[in-house]
Amino acid sequence: MKRREFLKLAAAVSLAGCATTPSKARVVVIGAGFGGATAAKYIRLWDPAIDVVLVERDDGITSCPISNLVLAGYATMQEIRHGYDGLRRHGVQIVRDEAIAVDPARKVVRLARGGDIGYERLILSPGIDFTFGDVQGYEAAMASGRVLHAWKAGEQTVALRRQLEAMRDGGVYVLSIPVAPYRCPPGPYERASMVAAYFKAAKPRSKVLVLDANPDVTSKGGLFKAAWKDLYAGILEYRGNAKVIGVDANTMTVKLEVEDVKADVLNVVPPHRAGDIAVKAGLITHNNRWCDVDWRTMESKAVKGVHVLGDATLSAPGMPKSASMANNHAKIAAAAVVELLNGRAPSQLQIINTCYSFVSEKEAIRVSSVHQWDSGQGTLIPVKGAGGVSAARSEPEATYAWNWARTIWADSLA
Amino acid sequence: MRIALLAALAAASFAAAAQDSAPRNLAAACAICHGTDGRAVTKDVIPLAGLPRDHIATQMRAFRDGKRPATVMHQIAKGYSDAQIDAMAAWFASQKR
Repeated sequence: MKRREFLKLAAAVSLAGCATTPSKARVVVIGAGFGGATAAKYIRLWDPAIDVVLVERDDGITSCPISNLVLAGYATMQEIRHGYDGLRRHGVQIVRDEAIAVDPARKVVRLARGGDIGYERLILSPGIDFTFGDVQGYEAAMASGRVLHAWKAGEQTVALRRQLEAMRDGGVYVLSIPVAPYRCPPGPYERASMVAAYFKAAKPRSKVLVLDANPDVTSKGGLFKAAWKDLYAGILEYRGNAKVIGVDANTMTVKLEVEDVKADVLNVVPPHRAGDIAVKAGLITHNNRWCDVDWRTMESKAVKGVHVLGDATLSAPGMPKSASMANNHAKIAAAAVVELLNGRAPSQLQIINTCYSFVSEKEAIRVSSVHQWDSGQGTLIPVKGAGGVSAARSEPEATYAWNWARTIWADSLA
Repeated sequence: MRIALLAALAAASFAAAAQDSAPRNLAAACAICHGTDGRAVTKDVIPLAGLPRDHIATQMRAFRDGKRPATVMHQIAKGYSDAQIDAMAAWFASQKR
């Protein structure tokens, strides 16, 4: 299409929009985690003439980043809990409800407490839900309150901290990690480090046993293993290719393919898939779990007019399921939605991932990558030669970790 | 009619994208550490908003070429071309502190 024709077309669309509605358009965002909150804020920043309605069940976010520090007593629940007043100041309308269905033909979202909301563009940032059925006995064990995942920060974070505090000195904490991809690749290894740090100080005869369904540490492996050897020898044991297939809260046992393992505290993280509303909306495209998207716009490859962000996406090559990525996905979607609703074609974005992990109270490590659109492969790929990990664990990296957390909380929510 | 127009727009070439928003979109990725629009929220992070354009561009190249030591920026800067660095530097320079 010639540029002049394109501009004429764009003008016609925007006039049609003005003729029918007082505001330019309405965007509905489902889910106010790092992805959804950022998308809502940035659409308002970049085009205040667009109405943004954000549907969220909770009245705030409990940040998964930093939540492992709560388990060790190095951070409080208050520090990781954040409300939505900052988004309201940007003019985001927050509806406290649960989206239970999407009708993409009518462009309507159905809410649990009643009522439908129409949209011009829909953004789903549903996070993850668990496939409990992949671990035999999980739902009964979870119902007993004795087996936790604590892989969505909140009540279970508090409950796991209590279990660790109540555990006898000389007890065993088992952390089971599902096959990748899962939320926050380095997260389990940070958690193991934090619990080991707590044991070392408070219950030195206790053990951390990591049962990883993956063959080896999936992120920052060299740095984690060096920290474990230097700081937690005799406390932390790591086993790869150790997939938990069953759990029994009565005997406090996990079943591996070849043996059973007993624990005093059982922290079993089940495999994940995209959050429930992505299933109900027909957005799942791969392995009954994930939502494939056009990485130039985050628009679903299954349903037109619907953009999917964050952990729910079928990850692009070398891209982790992380808060940094969800925040950046949101900016891709916000930019695309603003361009489309103004009758312009979206431009491509280039995005940055940075994830810090604490390995002790005062030291952290980091991994970073830059992701660029590759038209040949039709996806975002890590830029060769860019990115990498920390030279070594250090106190300055821990300072930067806290700075990153405070800054991404503000960039997403304030 | 409107639906047909929107469909035609969606099919339009990405190359026709508005150039105005490209530097802003590139710079938005920096906000997870440097704050929205480069306005830092903690004292340990360099606020990019309102810094001189040449200073930002020079420092980015120094990080990229290994001339300025860093904990992370040497790895991030290698992901950007000279043209991208200049575009982001100009954009941050034009932001209110």
